[in-house]
Amino acid sequence: MNIDPAVVEDVAKTLYIRALKILPPDVKAGFDRLAARERAPTAQRVLATMIDNIAVAERTDNLLCQDTGVPIYEVRIGRNVAVDGHALKTAIRAGCERATREHPLRSSIVHPLTRRNDQTSCGIDVPVIHIDFVAEPDVLEIVMIPKGSGSENNSFLRMAVPAEGVDAIRTFVIDCVLAAGGKTCPPTIVGVGVGGTSDLCVALAKRAATRALGTHSPDPDAAALESALSSAVNALGVGPQGLGGDATAFAVHIELAGTHITMNPVAVNMQCHSARRARATFTPAGVAWGF
Amino acid sequence: MAHHVLTPPVTEAQVRALAVDDTVTLQGTLFGIRDATLIHMFDRGRTTRFDLAGHAVIHTAPNVKPVTRSAAHPAGYAPVCVGTTTSDRMERFTRPLMTGHGVRIIVGKGGLREDSLAAFREFGGAYLAIIGGTAALETTWVEAIEDVDLDDLNPESLWRFRVRDFGPLLVAMDSRGASLYDDVRRAAADRRARILASLGVAGPR
Repeated sequence: MNIDPAVVEDVAKTLYIRALKILPPDVKAGFDRLAARERAPTAQRVLATMIDNIAVAERTDNLLCQDTGVPIYEVRIGRNVAVDGHALKTAIRAGCERATREHPLRSSIVHPLTRRNDQTSCGIDVPVIHIDFVAEPDVLEIVMIPKGSGSENNSFLRMAVPAEGVDAIRTFVIDCVLAAGGKTCPPTIVGVGVGGTSDLCVALAKRAATRALGTHSPDPDAAALESALSSAVNALGVGPQGLGGDATAFAVHIELAGTHITMNPVAVNMQCHSARRARATFTPAGVAWGF
Repeated sequence: MAHHVLTPPVTEAQVRALAVDDTVTLQGTLFGIRDATLIHMFDRGRTTRFDLAGHAVIHTAPNVKPVTRSAAHPAGYAPVCVGTTTSDRMERFTRPLMTGHGVRIIVGKGGLREDSLAAFREFGGAYLAIIGGTAALETTWVEAIEDVDLDDLNPESLWRFRVRDFGPLLVAMDSRGASLYDDVRRAAADRRARILASLGVAGPR
């Protein structure tokens, strides 16, 4: 299967706009679950407003949130795909820039030192592009994630030591959720990276935070920890927007990597309630849109 | 838990009448400010031609579309998506906004800290919580972008919006020293030890 970079550019543009406007069905279902069990009157009103906003965005064809985020594109390439990798990356960047100019969208990206905004949503190494390879033959998949800054600003890494055990992970997750309070736009998806090197651990936390709701770690110990921590986080009472209530997080997700005998790293990255995600799947039949 | 309809500029007495858990709907003028706006105003000596005395400011940097100036779009911008950002980053600017410019109301999400609460008490101010991440809805409350200053900082310009039925917003910090965020934070911190124990975390933490 051959991939035309010109099509990738169009898809990269459309994906950014779609992600900003249509919340994935798993997140909508997550809102329904949280609203059904929320007991605090203020929190019930806050959740109802968030659910109303999802409908208003679709009805008015508008962005769910003003924050256009840090644009992230995750590309997965099948075994029988022929694509010029450099042209693919160039096309994604061009599509991101076109979405910003043509919609138009707020460019949220600046130079980290001068703070200059080129009004393109692009910067040094932004959009973030991750490329991976999958076993299926005739498929190329691009997932676009506009990562909101309110939640991203609450990212944490702790290089715990083996003697602290799994308790270090449990304690760190609870303390990060407490420290973040309402700043992350809760209810959030709490992404936890466990293991790896420091950089991999943080990347795992991001992967966990952007995983679809309803997915669980394939590792039984991690899955059990996800479940226990999800209940624990929602017993803190931080609530939607940090205004109190039961609905602090949709879920806690954990991603694992092997680590060194001397290491016990844990990272937390959160995704805000506007947990936006859009997917395009290229197959020989054409491009299919999803989440 | 009273509901207030306010059309800024407001007086000190009007804002001191607000108590946490009250709700507010804003009408008329609302100014938009953001990190860069405040950094340039208070750290780099930039000035604005806008009179903010008695007014409400919202922590925002909107999505806008450049259009031809008209009665509907006097500043040459149409609002596309106007939302609210996390207030906490801009904590240190609350006091100078109040003492230097007479701002009375801050609209934001996630809350502000001790010094803002102290400034609200000393000078008469309040923090109104909007629901973050609900910008599509919020945009329907914005009638127009009436004017813009410091626009070289776009999108972090100083915006003057005309709003209608903007809210209901929740009074989350008031001029009497009350903060819903502090209450929630304290209660959550008090639950920490019990929750860690329920997770099987051993020993004192």
